Amino acid sequence: MSLKSKSISSKSSLNEDERLKKISPLRVLLNRPELGALGGSILVFIFFGIVAGDTGMFSAYGMLNFLDVSANLGIIAIAAAMLMIGGEFDLSIGSMIGFAGICIAIPAIYWGWPLWMSIIFAFAMAVLVGYFNGIMVVKTGLPSFIVTLAMLFILRGLTLAITRLITGRTQVPGLRVLIEDDPLAWLFATDTFKWLFTWLGSLKLIELRTDGTPLATGIPPSVIWFIALTLFATWILMKTRYGNWIFASGGDKVGATNVGVPVGRVKISLFIGTAVASTIFACIQVLDAGSADTMRGTLKELEAIAAAVVGGCLLTGGYGSAIGAAFGAIIFGTVSMGIFYTDVDTDWFKVFLGAMMLIAVVFNNYIRKKVTESK
Amino acid sequence: MSDYLVQFNNISKFFGKVIALKDVTMRLKKGEIMCLLGDNGAGKSTLIKTLAGVHKPDEGEIIFEDNKIVFDSPKDALDIGIGTVYQDLALVPLMSVTRNFFMGREPQKGIPFLKTFDVETANKIAADRMGQIGIDVRDPSQAVGTMSGGERQCLAISRAIYFGAKVLVLDEPTSALGVHQASMVLKYIVKAASEGLAVILITHNVHHAYPVGNSFTVLNRGKSMGTFQKKEISREKLLSMMAGGEELDKLEVELQEMDRIHNKN
Repeated sequence: MSLKSKSISSKSSLNEDERLKKISPLRVLLNRPELGALGGSILVFIFFGIVAGDTGMFSAYGMLNFLDVSANLGIIAIAAAMLMIGGEFDLSIGSMIGFAGICIAIPAIYWGWPLWMSIIFAFAMAVLVGYFNGIMVVKTGLPSFIVTLAMLFILRGLTLAITRLITGRTQVPGLRVLIEDDPLAWLFATDTFKWLFTWLGSLKLIELRTDGTPLATGIPPSVIWFIALTLFATWILMKTRYGNWIFASGGDKVGATNVGVPVGRVKISLFIGTAVASTIFACIQVLDAGSADTMRGTLKELEAIAAAVVGGCLLTGGYGSAIGAAFGAIIFGTVSMGIFYTDVDTDWFKVFLGAMMLIAVVFNNYIRKKVTESK
Repeated sequence: MSDYLVQFNNISKFFGKVIALKDVTMRLKKGEIMCLLGDNGAGKSTLIKTLAGVHKPDEGEIIFEDNKIVFDSPKDALDIGIGTVYQDLALVPLMSVTRNFFMGREPQKGIPFLKTFDVETANKIAADRMGQIGIDVRDPSQAVGTMSGGERQCLAISRAIYFGAKVLVLDEPTSALGVHQASMVLKYIVKAASEGLAVILITHNVHHAYPVGNSFTVLNRGKSMGTFQKKEISREKLLSMMAGGEELDKLEVELQEMDRIHNKN
């Protein structure tokens, strides 16, 4: 066999030599899903560098500001991107953020639970919600768009109803005092690399307050979570068997099932992923603000999906990347904050968001055609 | 021990009142290519699914290497070595050659709980296997969508063989292909058989089946019209059997009759 096959292969490679097309590095780059978002990010930075370079936007404080916004969005965008690669949507992300917020606040404030227990409770509820979304989609075969749209209303309604029933209000304040000495809350509420900022401040390299402490005190927890999740998601997608199953489940459900990929289990786990990411988002924001608001996270699901799409995820599934979604989030975060530093009215932000998405979808569609076109 | 690698004896399958298959018998030796011919609705799809373990036969028995086998799921069929390549191929166009080749059965390395998909090994195996068929994948990380129909078909077959198929069931492997592509696939099928696999080639294209087949089973309306060795039967005879020769003859007579009446008026 080996002899024969060798002769065949060597002959054919000779035959096909003249057909070998040189693939330019540009073409290789174009085939990466995150290219559009990476280019977009660079353009956005160049734009604000020119328009707002002399304002405070690119000071340490200003940069942390827009990075914080980007990072928060990025945390849910990465989970949304992984789910989209797996071929499904989750429209209940925003509602889950609000729901997770009161799952932390009500037990901690009204039932006297320690904060860490409320946080674990919120994550447990997230796993439950994600599992329910997933099992509904997998077992009924209904589009996830419908199932999670229903969940969007159910969760937001539950959040409002329960909060008003127990507290009589729509906000639950008073969490800030509980953060100190809590064994878990620091994960979501600690600024890191403070020493770096103090040192930079002492060298007068960054802006200082009147009392001499630096204006930017440290890297916010959202940024650390954002970076960690981007790396983790990329590792899963590119380097693990489970990652291959995600691509396969989204690319061709029937085909994947036929070769033994547990498509149902993959999808359910991805739905749990978006719900858990929403809860991480909620933890960071609730502990930062010190209060839970029933309306927190409204419309975040759409921003997350928009960031994922700008990041190169196809709406039909099977293609995309976590790094792309991260850059998509950076674009949105940077523009939403940067716009304050320009003379442009902030009302225009949504126009930009929509236009950006449209361009991204057209671009992605073109790329998909390129990738799948036959010889 | 009998000569046969696999035997499907008197297989019947009913769906409610509908008799999808009745008393179909097929026996294959190692290295044999049996072509299963039949028109649309002859019961080919049902038979494939029965071979692949998707359906359980209502009557009859499957004997593999002298052991009677009952399939409870497609996985059982796969495990004993019946590899089915469906018409849709179970390939994802947006995924790379390697990722498709190992889809669902990725090689892993590393410590438990932190196991990673061994992409280097997978790339090497995929490129090597495709090279053996004479398909030069310059870059195993290229998307399957960039491959031609024939190359995709070969990839799916090669995958089935790599993962231990002893009996290959191929569902219309040439139906969507041009002449050149089809001959490339057929060549590969012959090569696979020469290496000791038994191949069941399902097709409605006699011109593709006749040159490569050793034996031919014709299916018509759920029943086997018999299995014929190549020397026993001509291409024309096969063709006419498959299309339900009598029906065509009858049609011809009727047309002549109509013609006659028309001319008279």
